Amino acid sequence: MKARDLSELAARNLREAVLRNSLTTLGVSVGVASLVAMLSLGVGLQTLASQRLSRSGLFDAVFVTSQRNFRGPGPRRPPPPDSAPKDSRPLDEDARQQLSKLSSVTEVYPQIRFITDVRYAGKSETTSVLGLSDSSRSSGAFDGMTGAYFSSPAANEAILQIEFAKALSDQPRSLLGKDLTLRYAERAALSKDADNDEALLDSMTGTGALGGISIVPREKTLRIVGVIESDPSAGIGGFGGARVYLPLETAEQLHVAQPDDLQASLSGNAAKPSYMALTVRVHSPKDVPQVEAAIKQLGFATFSLLDATKNLRLVFTVFDLFLGLFGSLALTVASLGIINTLMMAILERRREIGILKALGATDRDVRRLFFAEAGAMGLFGGFFGVALGWLIGSALTWGTTIYLHRQNLPGVKISYVPWWLALSAVVFAIVVSLVAGLYPAARAARLNPVDALRYE
Amino acid sequence: MPTAPMLIQAQSVSREYRLGETVIRAVDAVSLSVEKGEFVGLLGSSGSGKSTLLSMMAGLDRPTSGAIRVRERNLAELEADELARYRRETVGMVFQSFNLLPRMTLEENVELPLRLAEVDRHDRESRVSEALERVGLGLRRRHRPSELSGGEQQRGALARALVNHPAILFADEPTGNLDSVNGEQILLLLREIQDSLGMTIIMVTHERPLAEKFANRIALLSDGRLVSDGVPR
Repeated sequence: MKARDLSELAARNLREAVLRNSLTTLGVSVGVASLVAMLSLGVGLQTLASQRLSRSGLFDAVFVTSQRNFRGPGPRRPPPPDSAPKDSRPLDEDARQQLSKLSSVTEVYPQIRFITDVRYAGKSETTSVLGLSDSSRSSGAFDGMTGAYFSSPAANEAILQIEFAKALSDQPRSLLGKDLTLRYAERAALSKDADNDEALLDSMTGTGALGGISIVPREKTLRIVGVIESDPSAGIGGFGGARVYLPLETAEQLHVAQPDDLQASLSGNAAKPSYMALTVRVHSPKDVPQVEAAIKQLGFATFSLLDATKNLRLVFTVFDLFLGLFGSLALTVASLGIINTLMMAILERRREIGILKALGATDRDVRRLFFAEAGAMGLFGGFFGVALGWLIGSALTWGTTIYLHRQNLPGVKISYVPWWLALSAVVFAIVVSLVAGLYPAARAARLNPVDALRYE
Repeated sequence: MPTAPMLIQAQSVSREYRLGETVIRAVDAVSLSVEKGEFVGLLGSSGSGKSTLLSMMAGLDRPTSGAIRVRERNLAELEADELARYRRETVGMVFQSFNLLPRMTLEENVELPLRLAEVDRHDRESRVSEALERVGLGLRRRHRPSELSGGEQQRGALARALVNHPAILFADEPTGNLDSVNGEQILLLLREIQDSLGMTIIMVTHERPLAEKFANRIALLSDGRLVSDGVPR
């Protein structure tokens, strides 16, 4: 029998026992829905975690320090004898330019962090200031912030952490749009042709031919544009611990004296300032190992959190596996429903099978007819199941968002049905239905036409 | 004068059923030859083995021993698919209980053998119409079996049996569920088909008067054996 005729007959048979077949299809739908809802939850949570981690900048970044001042995480150990090579490269502007030209690198920026006095309305507070690159805007750390992110990468603007804002004012929100003043130590290089004091400094350093640095107190007025509730801490290379945030370019233009300046001055490189550390951002976490290796080749020390993402993926894979298993239980029950429905259909349609065979239907025709009916139930059950699973997932997201909003937290999408999950669920439902239809179809095909025709 | 070729040759055909330890021989070493264009009435009382013999000649069942040759092919040796093809292409069947599918309209029932034979959609409609017109049901094509009388249902079943232009028509008690008037109409129709199409008809019945009136030849079975075979009186 041709496929079109077969499907028409199958559709007719399904329509004739519409209630029973609908209930069976609904059973498949519920099974698929539970599977989709479970897995969409797993995928959603994994996506959420990945997005958050990715936006935090921890996993698509390599933290670079000079070989001579690198201090990695963990207990400090005495450096090995060859750990500070004499020719180790300084992490200066040349190095920054060189790193930015590496393949897969999207951004290279220094960590500018300093302690300063902040003055506001006659109050003076000492606190930690950090320069933020423009890419921090999309890190997610500033979602739900009161006010706005910096208007431009070089704006004279500041964002305050809430605890610090409370120290300045009882009503932190009222600080928005107000100005505060930073008092900081500016570093300036001295040339050998400078005034007598500088010549004296030269003679003190004993170099004569090299410049030193001068530290000059400066003030900078900044407009408060935002107050952030949480501490956007992000560990190494991030901006944890700071209380006042500035645009990175603004922070760079301040030329605030850094701990490395003293070392640079002593080594005679004061005119060419170096950085404590540089953050190298890459296109995606998978680029990290290659970029990290390239940076080491250039003679710098590196650190990344890539291993942590590998572990995270492992945890989520196991999590998805368990969710999938629980979801599959419902689909297994549904497949028993299909077997039951088809077995009932064979009993009811025994005579019909006999007539079909008497008219010349082959065993294969009968088997394919029952298969088509099982497959159709799987197909429709799969589609409805995906829709139902998506609805359940959306309801979970909706409920979670309401709860989070009540806790003054931004909403999150905890359930996500990617196209591959929807497609796989439909295919899986069809396959399960066909497997469930195997035995009934084979039994129907084996029926002896004479016996089947005698059946009342 | 050359003899007509034998269309069907049953040679010492037996069919046994096992019921626990007991073996029941429903057909016992029956030999029967049917020429093309004959109308053979298989007569016998209930349990005489006439329907079993008909089922084997129609390719619905296989003999336990012996051979049934149709156009020189032994049905007992055919694979299941070849036997299905024989039923589809060579045979038309009419049953006592009509056996129309209740969910389908009359024309859909008649179309069913054409679907199974993978006949082109464009040809099907004309062949279905032709078959229904032949049995006088052209105007009832959209009706379901439950909306037809017993006689109409049997005529519908006859249209379905004829739609594939079979060489042999097997009828198993075609008048068994009909009153005498409708029964006679069906047999008139069979006779008309035999005359006009030259079709071979083998009909099982236990109504001797009808068989003698319409068949060209009567074969009588008793306890599975062929006890007489000849022209009706």
